[in-house]
Amino acid sequence: MLTRRTALMGVAIAALIMTAPAFAGPPDDLKLPRERVDLVAPPFVHSHEQATTAGPKILEFKLTIQEKQVVIDDAGTKFWSMTYNGSMPGPMMVLHEGDYMELTLVNPETNSMPHNIDLHAATGGLGGGALTKVNPGEQAVLRWKATRPGVFIYHCAPEGMIPWHVVSGMHGTVMVLPRDGLKDGEGNKLHYDKVFYIGENDLYVPKDDNGKYKTYETLGESYADTTEVMRKLIPTHEVFEGRVGALTGKNALTAKVGETVLIVHSEANRDTRPHLIGGHGDYVWETGKFNNPPQKDLETWLVRGGSAGAALYTFREPGVYAYVNHNLIEAVELGATAHIKVDGKWNDDLMKQVSPPGPIPPDKVGAAEPMAVTR
Amino acid sequence: MLMLMKVKLALVAGALAAPVLTSVLTSAPAHDPDLTLRLSSVTFSYRAAGDFSRNGKPVAGPLRDVRLAADLVIMESLVTAGEYAACADDGACPRVPLPDALDVPIVGVSWHDASAYAAWISQRTGVMYRLPTDEEWTLAAAEKARDEVLPLVDPADPAQAWIARYEAESARSRPNEAAPRPIGTFGTNSNGLLDIGGNVWEWTNSCFIRASLDDGRERITNTNCGVRVVEGAHRTYMTDFIRDPKSGGCATGIPPTNLGFRLVVEPSPSVVSGLARNVTKLLRRT
Repeated sequence: MLTRRTALMGVAIAALIMTAPAFAGPPDDLKLPRERVDLVAPPFVHSHEQATTAGPKILEFKLTIQEKQVVIDDAGTKFWSMTYNGSMPGPMMVLHEGDYMELTLVNPETNSMPHNIDLHAATGGLGGGALTKVNPGEQAVLRWKATRPGVFIYHCAPEGMIPWHVVSGMHGTVMVLPRDGLKDGEGNKLHYDKVFYIGENDLYVPKDDNGKYKTYETLGESYADTTEVMRKLIPTHEVFEGRVGALTGKNALTAKVGETVLIVHSEANRDTRPHLIGGHGDYVWETGKFNNPPQKDLETWLVRGGSAGAALYTFREPGVYAYVNHNLIEAVELGATAHIKVDGKWNDDLMKQVSPPGPIPPDKVGAAEPMAVTR
Repeated sequence: MLMLMKVKLALVAGALAAPVLTSVLTSAPAHDPDLTLRLSSVTFSYRAAGDFSRNGKPVAGPLRDVRLAADLVIMESLVTAGEYAACADDGACPRVPLPDALDVPIVGVSWHDASAYAAWISQRTGVMYRLPTDEEWTLAAAEKARDEVLPLVDPADPAQAWIARYEAESARSRPNEAAPRPIGTFGTNSNGLLDIGGNVWEWTNSCFIRASLDDGRERITNTNCGVRVVEGAHRTYMTDFIRDPKSGGCATGIPPTNLGFRLVVEPSPSVVSGLARNVTKLLRRT
């Protein structure tokens, strides 16, 4: 007779048999070289080749989901974030067209919520969302083929609460490079010295009756109030890298005159319009897809909500540059500002202060009354 | 050295304004708004506020030995939320958001709000209060006044100083606590003033100036009284209607955490006679 105990044993053994292959690693039907990639937190990116002569590979990535309370502004406002690898946005993952990504998505048992990942660069299965739903204490492995070059966002997409997970920080970018690297649209190669990955995030923090931001004991407790603020579509914060000031002051980005920077900008939920104050976009893939020729000499470009864009720029003049969402209310009042300190020699040909601020000559319109104050 | 004397100036004026004074004292919270300190006029080192240039090149504001014309009578502590609320309740000060506890400095006030309070408290007490000048504040702040000379921009290569200035401004430490703290939290300076250089910056009456120092002579080429000198853990300049300072966009550095104020007393007749004595002393010395 089958006792309850033996039945449970049977289930346990069956579970062991079923999961056994997972411990041995996934079946390798592709027979391609493998490479494990160690991810780097934004605004930086793991080292990678810009162009490659090697054949396709399987690149192994691992994202560990972390739910955690973070501070999002200088006033110390606390916010329950959901993150891939602990950063808002999650890390950028780079591979080449024709490569495969083998992604391990880990949801540690310390988390409270199921999560998954929808990769806009992937084809089928709701971008992987249908095949990666992991509860706390579970992990899943997804393999997908990079068939289109460009920068693409990824984000969490759990049924019923997608927007909440996304605006809580669960988004990042995949960069699929053409195998022979970036081109200017006329077949000439383009090269960058470094990548800055800017992940913009609209945040919706509930306030109490006195207008003060509310804090919550747990992530779950913040859900109802946060959703109410979200439904009004007006963010309380609009930030790069998860908090106001994440990329300014001591955290400002750095570059040198003559250096070429690829600025990748993503917003998983809401439109934004990047602008480099004092600079330009030399080559801009506004929609982020490298099979389209880049636009040249742009002042401001539009990154549509739910996408990533890329801009290549060579610094020509030293100084402090502000990189902003040029809805300046969002840049200055809500936080969407980064600074780039650029070292190098000043070029008078590009700009020169011919006359410093001083009084308007007395005979000209707008001149002050002719009574110089002396003391 | 500085002669220090705690004076209840309101009591001096009490004979004139006794009924009004009684109502002030009963409606006031635990902290005494009228507690002022008298600082005797001495020579002190003062870095002129504003933008200065010599032969078209930016230079640091001149450092001068300064002596006030009279003793300085200044509030020991910042004006509190409770005191400001009384002015707002009277309809004399614009309403601003108040904290739950009213025994902390009022913050989130503009130069206009502070000036309205000074006018109101002067009328109520019969004592003429006003915001201090930057020189007066510096004397009162004593060792807490910061002489921060930022790197100067060389027009031939503006970026070097610009980056250095950015780094200097970014390196300023930010108070750990942004919310205003009870009076006295940030200690007493050598003159007995409370909370100088804490997490509240103070409005002064001094206007922003631009001046040239050519031929050893200071010539003010522009005075903008829409922008006033603000003092605290660092000196800065603020548009007079700003209540909540912030940086962002092109603005760099760490802005004042909060804007509040304390007031000084205009010399009363008895003070004026003291001043006359001082002037006589000074004349004798020179």
